[in-house]
Amino acid sequence: MQALIDIDQLDLYYGDFQALKKVSLDIPEKAITAFIGPSGCGKSTLLRTLNRMNDMIPGTRIEGSIKVSGKDIYSSDVDVETLRKKVGMVFQQPNPFPKSIYDNVAYGPRLHGIADKQRLDEIVESSLRAAVLWDEVKDHLKRSALGISGGQQQRLCIARALAVEPDVLLMDESTSALDPISTLKIEELAQELKKRYTIVMVTHNMHQAARVSNQTVFFLNGEVIEYAETEKLFSNPVDSRTEDYISGRFG
Amino acid sequence: MNAKTADKIATALIVTIAAIIILILAGLLGYILIRGVGHISFDFLTSPPETIRAGGGIGPQLFNSLFLLVLTMIITIPLGLGAGIYMSEYAKPGRGTDFIRLVVEVLSSFPSIVVGLFGLLVIVNLFGFGFSLFSGALALTVFNLPLMVRITEQGLKSVPREQKEAGLALGLSKWKTIRSIMLPIAIPVILTGTILAAGRVFGEAAALLFTAGMSSPRLDFSDWNPLSPFSPLNPFRPAETLAVHIWKINSEGLAPDAPEIAAGASAVLIITVLLFNMIARWFGRYVHRKFTATK
Repeated sequence: MQALIDIDQLDLYYGDFQALKKVSLDIPEKAITAFIGPSGCGKSTLLRTLNRMNDMIPGTRIEGSIKVSGKDIYSSDVDVETLRKKVGMVFQQPNPFPKSIYDNVAYGPRLHGIADKQRLDEIVESSLRAAVLWDEVKDHLKRSALGISGGQQQRLCIARALAVEPDVLLMDESTSALDPISTLKIEELAQELKKRYTIVMVTHNMHQAARVSNQTVFFLNGEVIEYAETEKLFSNPVDSRTEDYISGRFG
Repeated sequence: MNAKTADKIATALIVTIAAIIILILAGLLGYILIRGVGHISFDFLTSPPETIRAGGGIGPQLFNSLFLLVLTMIITIPLGLGAGIYMSEYAKPGRGTDFIRLVVEVLSSFPSIVVGLFGLLVIVNLFGFGFSLFSGALALTVFNLPLMVRITEQGLKSVPREQKEAGLALGLSKWKTIRSIMLPIAIPVILTGTILAAGRVFGEAAALLFTAGMSSPRLDFSDWNPLSPFSPLNPFRPAETLAVHIWKINSEGLAPDAPEIAAGASAVLIITVLLFNMIARWFGRYVHRKFTATK
Protein backbone atom coordinates (compact mmCIF):
# COMPACT_ATOMS: atom_id res chain seq x y z
CA MET A 1 0.00 0.00 0.00
CA GLN A 2 1.16 3.46 -0.87
CA ALA A 3 1.58 6.17 1.76
CA LEU A 4 -0.67 9.16 1.12
CA ILE A 5 0.33 11.15 4.17
CA ASP A 6 3.94 11.26 5.21
CA ILE A 7 4.72 12.80 8.60
CA ASP A 8 8.37 13.36 9.32
CA GLN A 9 9.96 14.40 12.62
CA LEU A 10 7.01 16.55 13.60
CA ASP A 11 7.24 18.73 16.71
CA LEU A 12 4.29 20.82 17.75
CA TYR A 13 4.23 23.41 20.50
CA TYR A 14 1.35 25.28 22.10
CA GLY A 15 3.33 28.19 23.47
CA ASP A 16 5.87 26.50 25.78
CA PHE A 17 4.08 23.19 25.91
CA GLN A 18 5.30 20.55 23.48
CA ALA A 19 2.24 18.57 22.41
CA LEU A 20 3.93 16.38 19.79
CA LYS A 21 7.48 15.08 19.93
CA LYS A 22 9.34 13.90 16.84
CA VAL A 23 6.35 12.15 15.33
CA SER A 24 7.07 10.20 12.17
CA LEU A 25 4.32 8.22 10.46
CA ASP A 26 3.27 7.00 7.04
CA ILE A 27 -0.47 6.85 6.59
CA PRO A 28 -1.45 4.51 3.77
CA GLU A 29 -3.93 5.34 1.07
CA LYS A 30 -7.48 3.90 1.02
CA ALA A 31 -7.26 2.35 4.46
CA ILE A 32 -8.30 3.19 7.98
CA THR A 33 -5.64 4.34 10.37
CA ALA A 34 -6.63 4.66 14.01
CA PHE A 35 -4.93 6.88 16.60
CA ILE A 36 -5.31 5.57 20.13
CA GLY A 37 -3.94 6.63 23.49
CA PRO A 38 -5.01 8.23 26.76
CA SER A 39 -6.44 11.75 26.95
CA GLY A 40 -3.92 14.47 26.25
CA CYS A 41 -1.51 12.16 24.42
CA GLY A 42 -1.54 14.29 21.28
CA LYS A 43 -3.64 12.11 18.99
CA SER A 44 -6.32 14.77 18.34
CA THR A 45 -3.63 17.42 17.97
CA LEU A 46 -1.92 15.38 15.26
CA LEU A 47 -5.25 14.78 13.50
CA ARG A 48 -5.95 18.51 13.49
CA THR A 49 -2.55 19.33 12.01
CA LEU A 50 -3.43 17.20 8.98
CA ASN A 51 -5.97 19.79 7.77
CA ARG A 52 -4.35 22.69 9.63
CA MET A 53 -7.25 23.27 11.98
CA ASN A 54 -4.64 24.06 14.62
CA ASP A 55 -3.88 27.26 12.71
CA MET A 56 -6.76 28.87 14.59
CA ILE A 57 -5.12 28.35 17.99
CA PRO A 58 -2.79 31.26 18.73
CA GLY A 59 0.74 30.34 19.73
CA THR A 60 0.92 27.08 17.80
CA ARG A 61 4.34 26.34 16.35
CA ILE A 62 5.37 23.47 14.15
CA GLU A 63 8.70 21.91 13.15
CA GLY A 64 9.24 18.99 10.83
CA SER A 65 7.07 18.22 7.85
CA ILE A 66 3.72 16.74 6.85
CA LYS A 67 3.35 15.77 3.23
CA VAL A 68 0.01 14.93 1.68
CA SER A 69 0.40 13.38 -1.78
CA GLY A 70 4.04 14.42 -1.64
CA LYS A 71 3.39 18.10 -0.95
CA ASP A 72 4.35 19.77 2.32
CA ILE A 73 1.09 21.20 3.66
CA TYR A 74 2.85 23.71 5.90
CA SER A 75 4.92 25.26 3.13
CA SER A 76 4.12 28.89 2.44
CA ASP A 77 2.65 28.38 -1.04
CA VAL A 78 -0.05 25.99 0.19
CA ASP A 79 -3.59 27.31 0.11
CA VAL A 80 -5.26 26.22 3.35
CA GLU A 81 -8.72 26.21 1.80
CA THR A 82 -7.66 23.88 -1.00
CA LEU A 83 -5.98 21.63 1.55
CA ARG A 84 -9.14 21.46 3.66
CA LYS A 85 -11.18 20.56 0.59
CA LYS A 86 -8.83 17.62 0.05
CA VAL A 87 -8.73 16.68 3.72
CA GLY A 88 -12.25 16.66 5.11
CA MET A 89 -13.15 16.37 8.75
CA VAL A 90 -15.91 14.95 10.92
CA PHE A 91 -16.01 16.16 14.50
CA GLN A 92 -16.75 14.66 17.88
CA GLN A 93 -20.16 16.25 18.30
CA PRO A 94 -22.46 16.08 15.29
CA ASN A 95 -22.44 19.68 14.09
CA PRO A 96 -24.85 20.06 11.18
CA PHE A 97 -25.57 23.64 10.16
CA PRO A 98 -28.95 24.92 11.34
CA LYS A 99 -30.31 24.50 7.83
CA SER A 100 -32.19 21.89 5.88
CA ILE A 101 -30.70 18.47 5.23
CA TYR A 102 -30.29 19.32 1.56
CA ASP A 103 -28.61 22.65 2.25
CA ASN A 104 -26.19 21.05 4.67
CA VAL A 105 -24.82 18.75 1.99
CA ALA A 106 -25.06 21.29 -0.84
CA TYR A 107 -23.32 23.90 1.26
CA GLY A 108 -19.69 23.18 0.47
CA PRO A 109 -20.18 22.61 -3.28
CA ARG A 110 -22.32 25.75 -3.51
CA LEU A 111 -19.75 27.96 -1.84
CA HIS A 112 -17.05 26.42 -3.98
CA GLY A 113 -18.91 27.70 -6.98
CA ILE A 114 -21.38 25.04 -8.16
CA ALA A 115 -24.68 26.76 -8.90
CA ASP A 116 -26.36 24.34 -11.28
CA LYS A 117 -29.42 22.91 -9.53
CA GLN A 118 -29.28 19.54 -11.23
CA ARG A 119 -25.59 19.12 -10.51
CA LEU A 120 -26.22 20.00 -6.86
CA ASP A 121 -29.06 17.49 -6.68
CA GLU A 122 -26.71 14.82 -7.95
CA ILE A 123 -24.01 15.71 -5.45
CA VAL A 124 -26.50 15.72 -2.58
CA GLU A 125 -27.90 12.34 -3.54
CA SER A 126 -24.54 10.67 -4.13
CA SER A 127 -23.07 12.10 -0.92
CA LEU A 128 -26.06 11.03 1.15
CA ARG A 129 -25.95 7.60 -0.47
CA ALA A 130 -22.23 7.32 0.27
CA ALA A 131 -22.99 8.17 3.89
CA VAL A 132 -25.81 5.55 3.92
CA LEU A 133 -28.35 8.17 4.89
CA TRP A 134 -30.22 8.64 1.62
CA ASP A 135 -32.99 6.10 2.24
CA GLU A 136 -33.77 7.58 5.64
CA VAL A 137 -33.99 11.21 4.57
CA LYS A 138 -34.79 11.26 0.85
CA ASP A 139 -38.44 12.14 1.45
CA HIS A 140 -37.75 15.13 3.67
CA LEU A 141 -34.62 16.77 2.38
CA LYS A 142 -36.12 20.18 3.06
CA ARG A 143 -36.55 19.52 6.78
CA SER A 144 -34.20 20.95 9.34
CA ALA A 145 -31.06 18.93 9.93
CA LEU A 146 -31.52 19.58 13.63
CA GLY A 147 -34.64 17.42 13.70
CA ILE A 148 -32.96 14.09 12.89
CA SER A 149 -31.28 11.81 15.43
CA GLY A 150 -27.70 12.25 16.60
CA GLY A 151 -26.50 9.25 14.62
CA GLN A 152 -28.22 10.54 11.49
CA GLN A 153 -26.76 13.98 12.10
CA GLN A 154 -23.28 12.49 12.27
CA ARG A 155 -23.82 10.63 8.99
CA LEU A 156 -25.12 13.89 7.54
CA CYS A 157 -21.87 15.55 8.61
CA ILE A 158 -19.99 12.77 6.83
CA ALA A 159 -22.11 13.38 3.71
CA ARG A 160 -21.41 17.09 3.99
CA ALA A 161 -17.67 16.40 4.14
CA LEU A 162 -17.87 13.98 1.18
CA ALA A 163 -19.76 16.51 -0.94
CA VAL A 164 -16.61 18.56 -1.54
CA GLU A 165 -14.84 15.41 -2.83
CA PRO A 166 -11.98 15.01 -0.39
CA ASP A 167 -9.24 12.38 -0.63
CA VAL A 168 -8.86 12.06 3.11
CA LEU A 169 -11.48 11.95 5.84
CA LEU A 170 -10.43 12.79 9.38
CA MET A 171 -12.72 11.48 12.11
CA ASP A 172 -12.13 13.05 15.50
CA GLU A 173 -13.79 10.67 17.97
CA SER A 174 -16.77 10.82 15.69
CA THR A 175 -18.76 8.15 17.49
CA SER A 176 -18.08 9.07 21.09
CA ALA A 177 -21.28 11.12 21.38
CA LEU A 178 -23.44 8.40 19.82
CA ASP A 179 -25.36 5.38 21.07
CA PRO A 180 -24.03 1.86 20.31
CA ILE A 181 -26.32 1.25 17.34
CA SER A 182 -25.44 4.54 15.68
CA THR A 183 -21.79 3.85 16.44
CA LEU A 184 -22.03 0.52 14.69
CA LYS A 185 -23.57 2.17 11.64
CA ILE A 186 -20.76 4.70 11.42
CA GLU A 187 -18.20 1.90 11.76
CA GLU A 188 -19.83 -0.04 8.93
CA LEU A 189 -19.91 3.13 6.92
CA ALA A 190 -16.19 3.66 7.51
CA GLN A 191 -15.54 0.16 6.16
CA GLU A 192 -17.43 1.11 3.03
CA LEU A 193 -15.74 4.50 2.68
CA LYS A 194 -12.19 3.20 2.91
CA LYS A 195 -12.60 1.73 -0.56
CA ARG A 196 -12.58 5.29 -1.90
CA TYR A 197 -11.09 7.43 0.81
CA THR A 198 -8.16 7.47 3.16
CA ILE A 199 -9.54 7.56 6.67
CA VAL A 200 -7.74 8.66 9.81
CA MET A 201 -9.70 8.28 13.03
CA VAL A 202 -9.02 9.24 16.58
CA THR A 203 -10.79 7.02 19.04
CA HIS A 204 -10.98 6.53 22.77
CA ASN A 205 -12.48 3.16 22.22
CA MET A 206 -9.84 0.49 21.74
CA HIS A 207 -12.38 -2.05 20.64
CA GLN A 208 -13.41 0.29 17.90
CA ALA A 209 -9.83 0.65 16.71
CA ALA A 210 -9.46 -3.13 16.78
CA ARG A 211 -12.75 -3.64 14.90
CA VAL A 212 -12.43 -1.17 12.09
CA SER A 213 -8.88 -0.04 11.44
CA ASN A 214 -6.13 -1.48 9.29
CA GLN A 215 -3.30 0.31 11.09
CA THR A 216 -3.18 1.49 14.65
CA VAL A 217 -0.91 4.13 16.15
CA PHE A 218 -0.48 4.24 19.91
CA PHE A 219 0.40 7.64 21.38
CA LEU A 220 1.66 8.52 24.81
CA ASN A 221 2.67 11.99 26.02
CA GLY A 222 3.02 13.36 22.51
CA GLU A 223 5.13 10.50 21.19
CA VAL A 224 4.36 7.59 18.92
CA ILE A 225 5.05 4.54 21.03
CA GLU A 226 4.04 1.92 18.54
CA TYR A 227 2.70 1.83 15.03
CA ALA A 228 1.68 -1.44 13.39
CA GLU A 229 -0.97 -3.39 11.56
CA THR A 230 -3.98 -3.35 13.86
CA GLU A 231 -4.07 -7.10 14.30
CA LYS A 232 -0.42 -7.25 15.21
CA LEU A 233 -0.55 -4.28 17.57
CA PHE A 234 -3.42 -5.73 19.54
CA SER A 235 -2.31 -9.37 19.56
CA ASN A 236 1.40 -8.97 19.82
CA PRO A 237 2.52 -5.50 20.89
CA VAL A 238 6.26 -4.89 20.96
CA ASP A 239 6.37 -2.16 23.57
CA SER A 240 5.34 -2.98 27.13
CA ARG A 241 3.53 0.40 27.44
CA THR A 242 1.33 -0.52 24.48
CA GLU A 243 0.52 -3.80 26.12
CA ASP A 244 -0.31 -2.08 29.40
CA TYR A 245 -2.63 0.34 27.64
CA ILE A 246 -4.51 -2.15 25.46
CA SER A 247 -4.95 -4.53 28.33
CA GLY A 248 -6.51 -1.70 30.30
CA ARG A 249 -3.84 -1.20 32.91
CA PHE A 250 -3.95 2.60 32.48
CA GLY A 251 -5.58 5.30 30.39
CA MET B 1 -33.72 31.13 62.97
CA ASN B 2 -33.79 27.85 61.10
CA ALA B 3 -33.07 27.39 57.43
CA LYS B 4 -36.72 26.98 56.49
CA THR B 5 -37.78 30.30 58.01
CA ALA B 6 -34.82 32.04 56.42
CA ASP B 7 -35.79 30.61 53.07
CA LYS B 8 -39.37 31.81 53.48
CA ILE B 9 -38.28 35.31 54.45
CA ALA B 10 -35.85 35.53 51.53
CA THR B 11 -38.52 34.36 49.09
CA ALA B 12 -41.06 36.85 50.43
CA LEU B 13 -38.53 39.66 50.24
CA ILE B 14 -37.56 38.89 46.66
CA VAL B 15 -41.18 38.59 45.56
CA THR B 16 -41.96 41.93 47.25
CA ILE B 17 -39.08 43.68 45.51
CA ALA B 18 -40.13 42.27 42.14
CA ALA B 19 -43.71 43.38 42.80
CA ILE B 20 -42.59 46.91 43.68
CA ILE B 21 -40.61 47.17 40.46
CA ILE B 22 -43.54 45.95 38.38
CA LEU B 23 -45.86 48.38 40.19
CA ILE B 24 -43.58 51.34 39.53
CA LEU B 25 -43.26 50.38 35.87
CA ALA B 26 -46.96 49.74 35.40
CA GLY B 27 -47.82 52.96 37.24
CA LEU B 28 -45.48 54.98 35.07
CA LEU B 29 -46.69 53.47 31.82
CA GLY B 30 -50.31 53.65 32.92
CA TYR B 31 -50.03 57.30 33.94
CA ILE B 32 -48.50 58.33 30.62
CA LEU B 33 -50.88 56.24 28.54
CA ILE B 34 -54.07 57.19 30.39
CA ARG B 35 -53.24 60.88 30.23
CA GLY B 36 -52.16 60.76 26.62
CA VAL B 37 -54.08 58.15 24.69
CA GLY B 38 -57.33 60.17 24.71
CA HIS B 39 -55.62 62.92 22.82
CA ILE B 40 -54.31 60.71 20.02
CA SER B 41 -56.29 60.93 16.83
CA PHE B 42 -55.50 60.67 13.16
CA ASP B 43 -55.56 64.44 12.96
CA PHE B 44 -53.16 64.76 15.92
CA LEU B 45 -50.70 62.35 14.29
CA THR B 46 -50.67 64.08 10.92
CA SER B 47 -51.23 67.81 11.35
CA PRO B 48 -48.42 70.32 12.02
CA PRO B 49 -48.08 71.92 15.48
CA GLU B 50 -49.58 75.32 16.38
CA THR B 51 -47.61 77.88 18.34
CA ILE B 52 -50.36 80.00 19.92
CA ARG B 53 -53.68 78.37 19.09
CA ALA B 54 -55.00 75.06 20.36
CA GLY B 55 -55.42 72.01 18.15
CA GLY B 56 -51.85 71.52 16.93
CA GLY B 57 -50.54 68.09 15.99
CA ILE B 58 -47.23 66.27 15.88
CA GLY B 59 -47.13 65.16 12.23
CA PRO B 60 -43.76 66.60 11.20
CA GLN B 61 -42.16 65.62 14.51
CA LEU B 62 -43.28 62.03 14.15
CA PHE B 63 -41.97 61.96 10.60
CA ASN B 64 -38.68 63.56 11.70
CA SER B 65 -38.18 60.98 14.43
CA LEU B 66 -38.72 58.10 12.02
CA PHE B 67 -36.55 59.65 9.30
CA LEU B 68 -33.77 60.40 11.76
CA LEU B 69 -33.95 56.81 12.93
CA VAL B 70 -33.50 55.53 9.39
CA LEU B 71 -30.58 57.89 8.75
CA THR B 72 -28.87 56.90 11.99
CA MET B 73 -29.28 53.23 11.23
CA ILE B 74 -27.89 53.65 7.71
CA ILE B 75 -24.72 55.05 9.28
CA THR B 76 -24.58 52.83 12.36
CA ILE B 77 -25.35 49.37 11.02
CA PRO B 78 -22.51 49.00 8.49
CA LEU B 79 -19.95 50.57 10.83
CA GLY B 80 -21.11 48.58 13.83
CA LEU B 81 -21.26 45.29 11.94
CA GLY B 82 -17.81 45.82 10.47
CA ALA B 83 -16.22 46.75 13.78
CA GLY B 84 -18.03 43.95 15.60
CA ILE B 85 -16.88 41.34 13.09
CA TYR B 86 -13.35 42.66 13.37
CA MET B 87 -13.39 42.58 17.17
CA SER B 88 -14.84 39.12 17.33
CA GLU B 89 -13.05 37.33 14.51
CA TYR B 90 -10.00 39.19 13.25
CA ALA B 91 -8.43 41.17 16.07
CA LYS B 92 -5.80 39.27 18.01
CA PRO B 93 -6.88 39.31 21.66
CA GLY B 94 -4.51 41.48 23.63
CA ARG B 95 -3.97 45.02 24.79
CA GLY B 96 -5.20 46.49 21.53
CA THR B 97 -8.63 44.88 21.67
CA ASP B 98 -8.90 45.50 25.42
CA PHE B 99 -8.29 49.17 24.76
CA ILE B 100 -10.86 49.30 21.95
CA ARG B 101 -13.37 47.58 24.21
CA LEU B 102 -12.70 50.10 26.97
CA VAL B 103 -13.22 52.98 24.56
CA VAL B 104 -16.45 51.40 23.36
CA GLU B 105 -17.69 51.02 26.95
CA VAL B 106 -16.83 54.60 27.82
CA LEU B 107 -18.46 55.86 24.66
CA SER B 108 -21.69 54.02 25.40
CA SER B 109 -21.94 55.43 28.90
CA PHE B 110 -21.41 59.03 27.78
CA PRO B 111 -24.13 61.39 29.01
CA SER B 112 -26.18 62.25 25.98
CA ILE B 113 -26.10 65.99 26.67
CA VAL B 114 -22.30 65.82 26.39
CA VAL B 115 -22.63 64.05 23.06
CA GLY B 116 -25.02 66.82 22.04
CA LEU B 117 -22.53 69.53 22.91
CA PHE B 118 -19.77 67.64 21.15
CA GLY B 119 -22.06 67.44 18.13
CA LEU B 120 -22.71 71.18 18.28
CA LEU B 121 -19.00 72.04 18.45
CA VAL B 122 -17.64 69.52 15.99
CA ILE B 123 -20.39 68.39 13.62
CA VAL B 124 -22.59 71.47 13.49
CA ASN B 125 -19.93 74.20 13.68
CA LEU B 126 -16.53 72.76 12.78
CA PHE B 127 -17.73 70.52 9.95
CA GLY B 128 -20.40 73.04 9.05
CA PHE B 129 -23.34 70.67 8.69
CA GLY B 130 -25.49 73.14 10.65
CA PHE B 131 -28.57 72.14 12.60
CA SER B 132 -29.68 69.26 10.46
CA LEU B 133 -30.97 65.72 10.48
CA PHE B 134 -27.55 64.62 9.26
CA SER B 135 -25.82 66.24 12.25
CA GLY B 136 -28.37 64.63 14.52
CA ALA B 137 -27.80 61.24 12.95
CA LEU B 138 -24.03 61.56 13.39
CA ALA B 139 -24.45 62.54 17.05
CA LEU B 140 -26.76 59.59 17.67
CA THR B 141 -24.24 57.36 15.90
CA VAL B 142 -21.71 58.28 18.58
CA PHE B 143 -23.60 56.41 21.25
CA ASN B 144 -25.40 53.94 19.11
CA LEU B 145 -22.20 52.64 17.56
CA PRO B 146 -20.76 51.11 20.76
CA LEU B 147 -24.01 49.27 21.31
CA MET B 148 -23.98 47.99 17.75
CA VAL B 149 -20.35 46.83 17.99
CA ARG B 150 -21.02 45.02 21.23
CA ILE B 151 -24.17 43.38 19.93
CA THR B 152 -22.40 42.13 16.80
CA GLU B 153 -19.46 40.88 18.79
CA GLN B 154 -21.66 39.07 21.27
CA GLY B 155 -23.79 37.63 18.50
CA LEU B 156 -20.77 36.17 16.73
CA LYS B 157 -19.20 34.95 19.95
CA SER B 158 -22.38 33.05 20.73
CA VAL B 159 -22.04 30.99 17.55
CA PRO B 160 -20.90 27.52 18.64
CA ARG B 161 -17.25 26.84 17.84
CA GLU B 162 -18.29 23.58 16.18
CA GLN B 163 -20.24 25.50 13.55
CA LYS B 164 -17.29 27.69 12.72
CA GLU B 165 -14.96 24.70 12.54
CA ALA B 166 -17.41 22.82 10.34
CA GLY B 167 -17.29 25.68 7.85
CA LEU B 168 -13.53 25.97 7.88
CA ALA B 169 -13.12 22.21 7.58
CA LEU B 170 -15.15 22.28 4.36
CA GLY B 171 -12.45 24.50 2.90
CA LEU B 172 -14.40 27.73 3.16
CA SER B 173 -12.37 30.86 3.62
CA LYS B 174 -12.60 32.74 6.88
CA TRP B 175 -14.77 35.46 5.38
CA LYS B 176 -17.09 32.97 3.70
CA THR B 177 -17.44 31.10 6.98
CA ILE B 178 -18.26 34.32 8.81
CA ARG B 179 -20.66 35.55 6.15
CA SER B 180 -22.52 32.40 5.31
CA ILE B 181 -22.42 30.37 8.52
CA MET B 182 -21.76 32.58 11.51
CA LEU B 183 -23.69 35.72 10.61
CA PRO B 184 -26.95 33.86 9.83
CA ILE B 185 -26.73 32.11 13.20
CA ALA B 186 -25.91 35.38 14.94
CA ILE B 187 -28.54 37.42 13.16
CA PRO B 188 -31.41 37.00 15.62
CA VAL B 189 -29.17 38.37 18.37
CA ILE B 190 -27.85 41.19 16.18
CA LEU B 191 -31.28 42.08 14.88
CA THR B 192 -32.93 42.16 18.28
CA GLY B 193 -30.13 44.34 19.60
CA THR B 194 -30.36 46.65 16.62
CA ILE B 195 -34.06 47.22 17.03
CA LEU B 196 -33.63 47.86 20.74
CA ALA B 197 -30.91 50.38 19.88
CA ALA B 198 -33.35 51.93 17.45
CA GLY B 199 -35.84 52.37 20.28
CA ARG B 200 -33.21 54.31 22.16
CA VAL B 201 -32.61 56.59 19.17
CA PHE B 202 -36.30 57.22 18.94
CA GLY B 203 -36.56 58.42 22.51
CA GLU B 204 -33.37 60.50 22.56
CA ALA B 205 -33.75 64.24 23.11
CA ALA B 206 -30.72 65.76 24.81
CA ALA B 207 -28.21 64.88 22.11
CA LEU B 208 -30.50 66.30 19.45
CA LEU B 209 -31.23 69.71 20.99
CA PHE B 210 -27.96 71.11 19.67
CA THR B 211 -27.53 68.98 16.57
CA ALA B 212 -30.81 68.37 14.79
CA GLY B 213 -32.21 71.59 16.18
CA MET B 214 -35.47 72.58 17.83
CA SER B 215 -37.43 73.72 14.85
CA SER B 216 -38.62 72.38 11.53
CA PRO B 217 -39.08 74.35 8.37
CA ARG B 218 -42.60 74.30 6.97
CA LEU B 219 -42.46 70.91 5.35
CA ASP B 220 -44.13 70.35 2.03
CA PHE B 221 -45.26 66.73 2.09
CA SER B 222 -45.88 66.77 -1.64
CA ASP B 223 -42.23 67.54 -2.44
CA TRP B 224 -40.14 64.37 -2.26
CA ASN B 225 -37.00 65.73 -3.89
CA PRO B 226 -34.33 65.17 -1.21
CA LEU B 227 -32.40 68.26 -2.34
CA SER B 228 -35.24 70.75 -1.99
CA PRO B 229 -35.07 72.72 1.29
CA PHE B 230 -38.75 72.12 2.15
CA SER B 231 -38.76 68.45 1.25
CA PRO B 232 -39.29 66.13 4.23
CA LEU B 233 -36.57 63.89 2.76
CA ASN B 234 -33.84 66.55 2.77
CA PRO B 235 -31.30 65.29 5.35
CA PHE B 236 -29.63 68.70 5.62
CA ARG B 237 -32.62 70.55 7.01
CA PRO B 238 -33.16 71.22 10.70
CA ALA B 239 -35.64 68.86 12.29
CA GLU B 240 -37.35 68.75 15.63
CA THR B 241 -38.04 65.18 16.74
CA LEU B 242 -40.90 63.96 18.86
CA ALA B 243 -38.86 63.71 22.05
CA VAL B 244 -37.44 67.21 21.56
CA HIS B 245 -40.92 68.51 20.84
CA ILE B 246 -42.20 67.12 24.13
CA TRP B 247 -39.39 68.82 25.98
CA LYS B 248 -40.01 72.09 24.15
CA ILE B 249 -43.75 72.39 24.61
CA ASN B 250 -43.44 71.37 28.22
CA SER B 251 -40.89 74.06 28.95
CA GLU B 252 -42.01 76.89 26.68
CA GLY B 253 -45.26 75.86 25.00
CA LEU B 254 -47.66 78.78 24.49
CA ALA B 255 -50.67 76.95 23.07
CA PRO B 256 -53.50 76.56 25.60
CA ASP B 257 -53.58 72.80 25.04
CA ALA B 258 -49.79 72.38 25.45
CA PRO B 259 -50.06 69.93 28.42
CA GLU B 260 -52.49 67.73 26.45
CA ILE B 261 -50.23 67.80 23.40
CA ALA B 262 -47.22 66.86 25.53
CA ALA B 263 -49.20 64.04 27.11
CA GLY B 264 -50.42 62.79 23.73
CA ALA B 265 -46.95 62.99 22.21
CA SER B 266 -45.49 61.15 25.20
CA ALA B 267 -48.03 58.39 24.76
CA VAL B 268 -47.18 58.12 21.07
CA LEU B 269 -43.49 57.92 21.94
CA ILE B 270 -44.01 55.21 24.55
CA ILE B 271 -46.29 53.19 22.28
CA THR B 272 -43.77 53.39 19.44
CA VAL B 273 -40.90 52.25 21.64
CA LEU B 274 -43.04 49.39 22.97
CA LEU B 275 -43.85 48.44 19.41
CA PHE B 276 -40.14 48.43 18.58
CA ASN B 277 -39.50 46.05 21.43
CA MET B 278 -42.26 43.69 20.44
CA ILE B 279 -41.31 43.76 16.78
CA ALA B 280 -37.72 43.05 17.78
CA ARG B 281 -38.73 39.91 19.65
CA TRP B 282 -41.07 38.69 16.98
CA PHE B 283 -38.72 39.46 14.11
CA GLY B 284 -35.76 37.86 15.86
CA ARG B 285 -37.72 34.65 16.30
CA TYR B 286 -39.04 34.78 12.74
CA VAL B 287 -35.60 35.24 11.20
CA HIS B 288 -34.19 32.51 13.40
CA ARG B 289 -36.85 30.11 12.17
CA LYS B 290 -36.31 31.18 8.60
CA PHE B 291 -32.53 30.74 8.66
CA THR B 292 -32.43 27.57 10.63
CA ALA B 293 -35.34 25.83 8.90
CA THR B 294 -36.74 24.82 12.29
CA LYS B 295 -40.47 24.52 12.48
